[in-house]
Amino acid sequence: MIVNAADIPLWAAVAVAFFLLVGATLALIGAIGFVRLPTFYERIHAPTLGTSWGIGGIMVASMIFFSVAASRIAIHEILIGIFVTVTTPITFMLLARAALHRDRAEQNGKAPDKHTGSERAEG
Amino acid sequence: MSAIIIFTAVAIAQLMLAAAMALASIRMFRGPRAQDRIIGLDTLYINAMLLLVTFGIGTGRVIYFEAALVIGMLGFVATVALAKFLMRGEVIE
Repeated sequence: MIVNAADIPLWAAVAVAFFLLVGATLALIGAIGFVRLPTFYERIHAPTLGTSWGIGGIMVASMIFFSVAASRIAIHEILIGIFVTVTTPITFMLLARAALHRDRAEQNGKAPDKHTGSERAEG
Repeated sequence: MSAIIIFTAVAIAQLMLAAAMALASIRMFRGPRAQDRIIGLDTLYINAMLLLVTFGIGTGRVIYFEAALVIGMLGFVATVALAKFLMRGEVIE
């Protein structure tokens, strides 16, 4: 199925362009932060901008575009959105635990301190 | 008019996503340790997936959605396997 971009009304075109640019800008900001932040435990936060509303904005734009152009509800892009939203915390928590394990095993001083319950009660 | 708006937005979004992919691959090649490289790969495939969906909006074809879905699923499995390898030293015990 091929749809023509000239067929869709102006309001839908403006909405599609807005959500596309929001999503792409957030993905770019996440990548810039990913390159510039100094340590691994800070860097792991930056790409989640792209995987939360970067994905969300572009998928909403795609849903609006194909729904309006084909004159029926086409929301299969929500599959990608749900899948990435569910799987990104899993991968990043696994990676952060692996990095913590490696830093603590090497004792190179890069790992954050352990916070146990007794320390938190004193502080 | 609406075609001009959509094509301009798609072109700008493609440039931004390509820049994001370039930054992620910089971190993937330079990253000081293995976990930085793995997150670089993760960011790279997420941005490639977004670029494919954007390309699908630009050309008006639905087929790119399926390619993006496959990239998302295989990328998740690859990143989890690499994280498991960093944690334990082997993937399947």
